[in-house]
Amino acid sequence: MSSLWNRFSRVRELPVAVAFVTLVAITATLNPRFLLPQSIKDLLLNATIIAILAAGQAMVIISRNVDLSVGSILGIAGFATGALFASFPTIPIPLVFLIGIGIGAALGAFNGLLVVTAGVPALVITLGTLYVFRGINNAWAGGTEHFSGDRPKEFSNLSVDTVFGLPIITLLAFVVIAAMAVYLAKFRSGRDFYAIGSDPEAAKLFGIPVARRVLTAFVINGALAGLAGVLYASRFSSVGARTGTGLELDVVAAVVVGGVAIFGGSGTVIGAAIGAFLLTTITSALTALRVDKFWQQAVVGGLIISAIVIDRISTLRNARRLRLEQARGTTAVSAAGEGL
Amino acid sequence: MTTASEIGRSKLWQRINTRDIAMLGVLLVVIVVNSFARDNFASTTTVGFLLLDVIPIMMLALPMTFIIISAEIDLSVASIVGVSAATIGALVLREENMILAAFAGVGVGILAGAFNGFLVAYLGLPSLAATIGTLALYRGLALVIIGDASVGSFPEAWTDFVQSRLGATGIPTPTIAVLIFIALAVIMLHYHPFGRGLFALGHSPQAARFVGVKVEHTKFWLFVASGLVAGLVGLYWALRYGSARSDSASGLELTVIAAVLLGGVSIFGGRGSIPGVVVAVLLVATITYGFRLQRISDVVLVIITGALLIASVVAPNYYQRIRERWKLITRAKDSPTS
Repeated sequence: MSSLWNRFSRVRELPVAVAFVTLVAITATLNPRFLLPQSIKDLLLNATIIAILAAGQAMVIISRNVDLSVGSILGIAGFATGALFASFPTIPIPLVFLIGIGIGAALGAFNGLLVVTAGVPALVITLGTLYVFRGINNAWAGGTEHFSGDRPKEFSNLSVDTVFGLPIITLLAFVVIAAMAVYLAKFRSGRDFYAIGSDPEAAKLFGIPVARRVLTAFVINGALAGLAGVLYASRFSSVGARTGTGLELDVVAAVVVGGVAIFGGSGTVIGAAIGAFLLTTITSALTALRVDKFWQQAVVGGLIISAIVIDRISTLRNARRLRLEQARGTTAVSAAGEGL
Repeated sequence: MTTASEIGRSKLWQRINTRDIAMLGVLLVVIVVNSFARDNFASTTTVGFLLLDVIPIMMLALPMTFIIISAEIDLSVASIVGVSAATIGALVLREENMILAAFAGVGVGILAGAFNGFLVAYLGLPSLAATIGTLALYRGLALVIIGDASVGSFPEAWTDFVQSRLGATGIPTPTIAVLIFIALAVIMLHYHPFGRGLFALGHSPQAARFVGVKVEHTKFWLFVASGLVAGLVGLYWALRYGSARSDSASGLELTVIAAVLLGGVSIFGGRGSIPGVVVAVLLVATITYGFRLQRISDVVLVIITGALLIASVVAPNYYQRIRERWKLITRAKDSPTS
């Protein structure tokens, strides 16, 4: 029983999940209207796009990389969606999704190939592509914006209609997150990402195809950013040159708050997704609690910092516990196996 | 087979081929080409506007270079500029003394930097994560301080001073202060034990500790210095653009980091130089300015920042790899018996 508790208390996404549940519980107690079906739907819609981006980013960060260009990828895919519907009003919706995801995957592959073949840190490469992709988007879009009026009703309805009370695009996000979570937790190639993130050299010696896995992470992350771009065009009324600007740091913040270590090797997609829900919900919660709107971003900043501090403290405690266990001669529990 | 002359040549070659000099060459070429290609480029107006816009990035790039060389990063600088400008704006709005407001703005910058330093140096948080948090926090505080107001009622003497030029040269007066800061940075980083300590720190914190670098102490003061400079830039920003808002300088952190990395500073720490960064900042600004004269929009020109950054890090690695491959081939040809 105590070992079960031990295992439970060491789940990395526990603090963020507790924080999320507490936030919702307190807000709902003080302002019952917070949990009306319509407000829940809005909460879910707001979180959907960041949650998808966070799931992809988590995979990249777990493998000890980072992709700062996701906001720009989302921008291009979003604008492409608007442009497609404007030029070909009868284009089938699934085809638009495929094109958006394809654009994202191609841009992600560009990032991944540069990182893998040049051996340059991902932070530097994707900081560069953040500007390049955004510049391309600006050159393409110029001053034009595509409004939801150009898009078929069924496409916009994806963010309006609900199934079991959940908006369709949120359901889609849940499916994506679940698939990613299962892949990273249960598949051998999925576990490789943790090994690479813990120690790339050791992973290479162990025979893991590091380059191929890192490339995969970037392609999947790019594809998800492309998907998020298409969903953005469904959710919001206009897409233009500035769509998705500055989103990258929000996404990284969500991933870090969700318990993914910034230097790789630990954390889960589920945690990152909860982090995204926490960061997007807190703004609505503060509004529901009638906190001055000017204070809201400061509170979000404070929350990110406390999440990192809590994570740091628990890491130090775990490290000490492991040392003590080893000193006593008991076999230390395999840390990697539990995603510590 | 390597001969003595080959070694000599390679050393000389390496010395000429250093990145900084190559970048300087590119900068000169860009200036010369632009001057010939565009009539209105080589003018005092160009110098004036180019430098006025370069100053914030140049100033922020100096402490950022120190921080990245010691293998940390500060993503919150643009937010500190914002919170400093907001403080100054809010005080001016309440008709406080401008001198008091200026000191308060810079003071807020120092405090913000000290908090970063505390998180990174004493709590041991990874700076990449911690300063993403303070990026959001300081931008939020800027919003708390000034709300959605946009303050532009600064004393004319102050705004005029910032916009003033040195005689007929077109060089803005604040450039002198920037030059002093650059000189200080060069001395501290390249001619002072403190700077050597930073390179050691970037290579290996343990080794740095063994040779007597006070790791926590050093990191803390680096972030304080970054906050101080960001506070000064906040003051400059408010006066230069004649407006203090909560979103002043928003997103500038990535531009600054891009410039520093383009200047040859290794993101892993332990390598880099101030002259390289200074040239990189000027290079991006000059290329951008040249294209802007051709009426290509600024938002499209960010491609240049990105492409330069990628090319500058990717090209040397590819070059290295091709050279190694070439060496293997020639060696195989030279010694067919072995």
